[in-house]
Amino acid sequence: MADPHLSGLPGPVVHDEVVPARAPWLHRVARGETLRIVDLEGNQAVDFLVYTAADDAERYCAQTTIAAQGNIFLKTGARLLSNEGRPMMTITATNVAWHDTIGGACSCESNTLRYGHHTKSQHACVENFLSANSHVGRGKRDMVSNINFFMNVPVEADGALGIVDGISAPGLMVDLRAEMDVEVVVSNCPQVNNPCNGFNPTPVRMIVSEAA
Amino acid sequence: MSQTANPYAARDHARAQGGTVVEAMPIVPAAASDAPGPVIWEETIAPGGYATRRLSRGTRLRLVDLHGDGCASLLLFNAENPLERLNVADTLKVQWNGYLGAGKLLLSDMGRVLMSILEDTAATHDAFCGASSEVSNARKYGEGKNYGPHPNARDRFMLGVAKHGLGRKDVHPCVNLFKGARITDDGTILPHVGPFAPGRQVILRAEMDLLVVLANCPHVLDPRPDWTVTALRATAWTGAPAPVDDPIRTSTPEATRAFLNTEDCYAR
Repeated sequence: MADPHLSGLPGPVVHDEVVPARAPWLHRVARGETLRIVDLEGNQAVDFLVYTAADDAERYCAQTTIAAQGNIFLKTGARLLSNEGRPMMTITATNVAWHDTIGGACSCESNTLRYGHHTKSQHACVENFLSANSHVGRGKRDMVSNINFFMNVPVEADGALGIVDGISAPGLMVDLRAEMDVEVVVSNCPQVNNPCNGFNPTPVRMIVSEAA
Repeated sequence: MSQTANPYAARDHARAQGGTVVEAMPIVPAAASDAPGPVIWEETIAPGGYATRRLSRGTRLRLVDLHGDGCASLLLFNAENPLERLNVADTLKVQWNGYLGAGKLLLSDMGRVLMSILEDTAATHDAFCGASSEVSNARKYGEGKNYGPHPNARDRFMLGVAKHGLGRKDVHPCVNLFKGARITDDGTILPHVGPFAPGRQVILRAEMDLLVVLANCPHVLDPRPDWTVTALRATAWTGAPAPVDDPIRTSTPEATRAFLNTEDCYAR
């Protein structure tokens, strides 16, 4: 039987990898290629940053992306814009209703505020981002507000917001077409104190396909 | 004959300009008759301008939207270690709310309080939309370069951080004070940019030694076709950091732990 996770990709697969639960991942995606992220077991937050390959001072900017589309949710057709206002990637398809880009990444330090100091020693997304970025000369200055694929952060009328139960499911996906040569950095979120991973971090699959 | 034909005449010409008073300028030495404490900074920021200042822990910073159409875009850094900076996502997430106002904290990426919002007569602020850029201003106004008539907030931030030895990578997500954004059920952003009544103000308390960078450019979602922004007044005076029984500090368990982390940073 054909692998359903490969269905509908625009071209030949050039990379296919399962990122273990709680792990970082860094990968270059060339202009025109499509990165597909598969939420293998369902409701696994994939914290996601992207940098321009040619100049990593240009990077994903959540606020610029939100302002340009006039909406906080990332859906099919969303253009991920850089801090220079240029499109870096486009969400060409997703079968999840929306993805988050206001919740940011969990960190050991923010965990102490959110849950208490007993969580300080737990692994966190910022640790993954710093670890992955350290291999390519980036550091703390390169941490900015990220995307959380497969994570749900609604905002109520009075401004109340929070990470609530997810709206993803096993096998749901998001496809991102690179509009320029980019470097993608992911933290497969290890958080266990809120529902962003269903309280159970799981692996995700990363598939890169060439253009048609 | 030219007034500036030789160095002596040019010197006299230059010196004759001293003492000129305009609206957008710093007052040196700092003075303000309407401040409740010893004033250490008094400056009116031009429409399209920016300002930056190091503020000590405990200092109060009052921002006044003088004519009702200012937009105070704000970056914050720990002055001792500017790698620690405002984290807008944590600020919202930790406080379980997306709307800034009196009693709210501005949090760093290290789980500490950078500033507390003590008073706020505006209540229209924005933590979602970020700074305008050359690209966004060019799209709306035809061009958006710093040296032109439509400066953008991001490039103003760039100059502000550069004065502290920081660079493009340090221009982090910002908050916009005085210009508002509300989120509807489906995630749509409703900008609320006024113009408002003149004189609305926000008073913030520095909870750490800070580098503050302010840009005053039209909000990125300002729907008006013309580049429109008015002057912003900044006044800072000395004061004490939050005491143990401070009502903002004790307002939530998250706030209490953030203040504990901040004090832990200064335990030395």
